[in-house]
Amino acid sequence: MLTIKQPGPLTTLQDLGRNGSAHLGIGHAGAADQPALRLANALVGNPASACALEATLLGPSLIFDHDVVVAVTGAPLSKARIGDQPLPPWQAVHVPSGTPLTLGPMAHGCRSYLAVAGGIDVPCWRQSRSTDINAGLGPIPRALEAGDTLPIGHTTSKLPADVDWSLDPRPWFQASTSHRIRLLPGSHAERLDAASRERLVNESFRIGNDSNRVGLRLEGPHLALDDALEMTSEGVVAGTMQLPPGGQPIIMGCEHPVTGGYPRIAHVCAVDLPVLAQCRPGDTVTFEWIDKAGAMELLATREDALEHLVDRIRERLEQA
Amino acid sequence: MDARIETLGDTALLLHVGDGMDRQASARVHALTRAVREADPDGLDDIVPAYASVLLRHHLTTTKATDALHQQIRELIAGLPDQADTATGHLHRIEVCYSGDYGSDLAELASACGMSADEVVKRHCAPEYQVAMTGFAPGFPYLIGLDPALATPRRDTPRTRVPAGSVGIAGPQTGIYPSELPGGWQLIGRTPLRLLDADHADQPCLLEPGDRVRFESIDASQFKHRDPSC
Repeated sequence: MLTIKQPGPLTTLQDLGRNGSAHLGIGHAGAADQPALRLANALVGNPASACALEATLLGPSLIFDHDVVVAVTGAPLSKARIGDQPLPPWQAVHVPSGTPLTLGPMAHGCRSYLAVAGGIDVPCWRQSRSTDINAGLGPIPRALEAGDTLPIGHTTSKLPADVDWSLDPRPWFQASTSHRIRLLPGSHAERLDAASRERLVNESFRIGNDSNRVGLRLEGPHLALDDALEMTSEGVVAGTMQLPPGGQPIIMGCEHPVTGGYPRIAHVCAVDLPVLAQCRPGDTVTFEWIDKAGAMELLATREDALEHLVDRIRERLEQA
Repeated sequence: MDARIETLGDTALLLHVGDGMDRQASARVHALTRAVREADPDGLDDIVPAYASVLLRHHLTTTKATDALHQQIRELIAGLPDQADTATGHLHRIEVCYSGDYGSDLAELASACGMSADEVVKRHCAPEYQVAMTGFAPGFPYLIGLDPALATPRRDTPRTRVPAGSVGIAGPQTGIYPSELPGGWQLIGRTPLRLLDADHADQPCLLEPGDRVRFESIDASQFKHRDPSC
């Protein structure tokens, strides 16, 4: 059993997300930074689909009632402690029963993941343990609160007592406050006026304060279409950049509504969605176009690297 | 069936089978949705029917695999008839109380439409509607089939809280708020039925895309009798 002592501003249960319910208006949710979740799970011997904690900007404090193995990934938690000892990130770490785990603030980035060997074992709700905060759905349909207790699943993997190796976080997290994001053109990209087309890729945008898991609001250069478009609602995906009449684009996040009625000027390519997940309000982003073949090649390369790494982690855990 | 296939970034296809909001386009959407669901292509994660389009979200990461999906969908569309049956979905009778506080915008809407409130209710209860899509929030049905004489724009200032069960009109659409939400639709009544019930995970939404709906007028005492929260 895990008990939350202090939840932080927004700590939720997340796994790989919820498929197959979007036709009911029930979105995907899931970890915003999926590679970070997958690696946290791999480090503690969990399958990729296990449920973990996603913390936002300031991590939670918690305690376990039995000895567990945990790993943290994602945004760096430079003040994280087990009792009074530093908690090494991107590494499997033993946490003795009753010793407080305090994650503390993130130096950069926006979201960190805490995986526990065995996973957070709440029942699935429509094929996922993820919380959809905006819709108030999931097995725990809200942010975690002080006093919440969560069951830990049984783990069959035997973790060595002295894991002394950690992952290099660099391919998976960039400690920066300015981000370069690659875009595929949306169906209404060519409807942007000439000045807006220039601005989209030549100027930088600020991540707005009211950005969240639902969407990122971009502030700065004003964009406009040549002519207003009459649209009915259509399906959108995470990464879709919509342009409301106000001229400030919105990028759909992992908890986006399943449909949208604004012009789709671009789509963030899937390989850059984890970068987007780590953008915090006040960070700056610049955009560049990429073609679909290029985007898919980057994604395939990333997936190969991630799967290879997960296999290597499994081998090392089995050898030890 | 004819469809224009648009790619949405590198994770989805958007199949356009018409324009605007009409029953025939909506019927094609639901016929296509059923056909894709039955074919169950590899790598498909979600199917999102809308007024005149169907979104297919996939998790394939190679160009070869997405090209194969693209081809499979193209063949599936080509094999479907252009005319689709409009009356195939499950029919729901939804009781609505249009009086008093339940229909807070009814009087104003009636006057804007140049008719009595009773006439609005009569016309709202007359047609058989189709659930064109679910969106905005879980279980929120967008219904087509509204009498054009009742089409009214959204309120200038949206409400911050619209009660669950509220029945509203926005332009040529009518719909029902499944839970308490912010919203700008003109509220003409309220149903005591629960449209969203997360405790029934297998079927959390009363109405699904493609279903049919008829409204029946009830009075305030009948509403209170049926409302589980009273």
